[in-house]
Amino acid sequence: MVDVAEPVTHPAALRSPLSPRPYRVVGRRVDLVDVVTLVLEPRLGQPPPFAHGQFNMLTAFGVGEAAISISSVPRAPGPIEHSIRDVGPVTHALCNAEVGGVVGVRGPFGIGWDVDGLDDATEVVVVAGGIGLAPLRGAVADLVERRREAGGRVYVLAGARSPDQVLFADDLERWRRAGAHVAVTVDIATPDWSGAVGVVTTLIPEAPFDPARTVALLCGPEIMLRLAGRALVDDGVDPARIRVSLERNMQCGVGLCGHCQLGPLLVCRDGPVVRYGGLADELLMERQR
Amino acid sequence: MTDTLGLVGRHPFLAGLPDGTAALVTGCARLVAFDKGELLLAEGGTAATLYLIEGGRVGIEIHGPSEGRVVIDTVGPGGVVGFSWVAPPFRWQFDARAFEPATAIAVDTERLRTRLVEHPAVGYALVERLSWVLLGLLQATRIRLLDLYGDGRRR
Repeated sequence: MVDVAEPVTHPAALRSPLSPRPYRVVGRRVDLVDVVTLVLEPRLGQPPPFAHGQFNMLTAFGVGEAAISISSVPRAPGPIEHSIRDVGPVTHALCNAEVGGVVGVRGPFGIGWDVDGLDDATEVVVVAGGIGLAPLRGAVADLVERRREAGGRVYVLAGARSPDQVLFADDLERWRRAGAHVAVTVDIATPDWSGAVGVVTTLIPEAPFDPARTVALLCGPEIMLRLAGRALVDDGVDPARIRVSLERNMQCGVGLCGHCQLGPLLVCRDGPVVRYGGLADELLMERQR
Repeated sequence: MTDTLGLVGRHPFLAGLPDGTAALVTGCARLVAFDKGELLLAEGGTAATLYLIEGGRVGIEIHGPSEGRVVIDTVGPGGVVGFSWVAPPFRWQFDARAFEPATAIAVDTERLRTRLVEHPAVGYALVERLSWVLLGLLQATRIRLLDLYGDGRRR
């Protein structure tokens, strides 16, 4: 029996990248006062495979659609997770979706972090600001697990506005216990905060990674991406081995509508993850008119 | 003294400076240690020490009757604490407190100033290095004013 209150998707539409599939909200976790993680599973079948750093278009029916990165680990069994920051009407509706409710999902779209091919000796520096840790969460979890017994190490450098805005605190502690170098800094400290205070780039000199065998993954506000990219290059990291996740107004997800154009890129199709050296370093310097 | 010279010479603050700089600074320096919670320097006090942080993390703080203790910044190993000795009125503007057990090279800046006047080439290099550090702090402070992680409504 079909619940008439839920949208019904025609089978032919399931093959179209422009038609959302109905997913059931099977879990909802409030990560921060303005960030909620929805745990979603398709009403029919299994979720399609996805890669670290890809995104889905999530629909709050009757409100609209927004691009949201997948924050769970690919290949992990079970439902997929999306961590959503409440910043507008669509994300507000998604954040308030209730367990048992239905949201629309299109995707996965875009190019991800491409970390599966990294050899175990490669050191991975992750620089994340604010909600920027969400698209990196699955990749970091995977990399930390794979490097537990190997020579390479993962360095997670995270910035947040204030201690109560540190995203995935439990994951950060789990990664630290598993051998990762984890450092967190906040812009505005509270009396009970005993960690670092300052911009996230100040954590880079204190992380003892070897620049010559480092790959860096950056996600956060674009100004932060620019500064962190430069700081890593100044430290000796090859710009071609730095990857950044760009954020634009993604709408179609498949490079048709052009809303997410940034220079020569359609970010939904050619990104969101792109190389820093010779591409993002220049695009992030473009001045909007 | 030899140990101190080695530590001073390896501190990032002095990396790449002319020969003799480390020895000159070492002549004005001693190693110090602070327990968690201990003050390195206190607002209003006479500013006459430059701290080159070796280990631990130091918080730069200010306090107010209603705000309580507010941590403005932190400095870790390789960083520098204490700049108010550079210019009049030579008075600390903030507190600096060890967030965790900390070690530092404490440089007596009155002696240092005298030595730098006697060795102007080293003096110029050291002041230039100090300017780099201060510029970095100024730029980082300006970036924080952007409130990058805010949602825009709070700006």
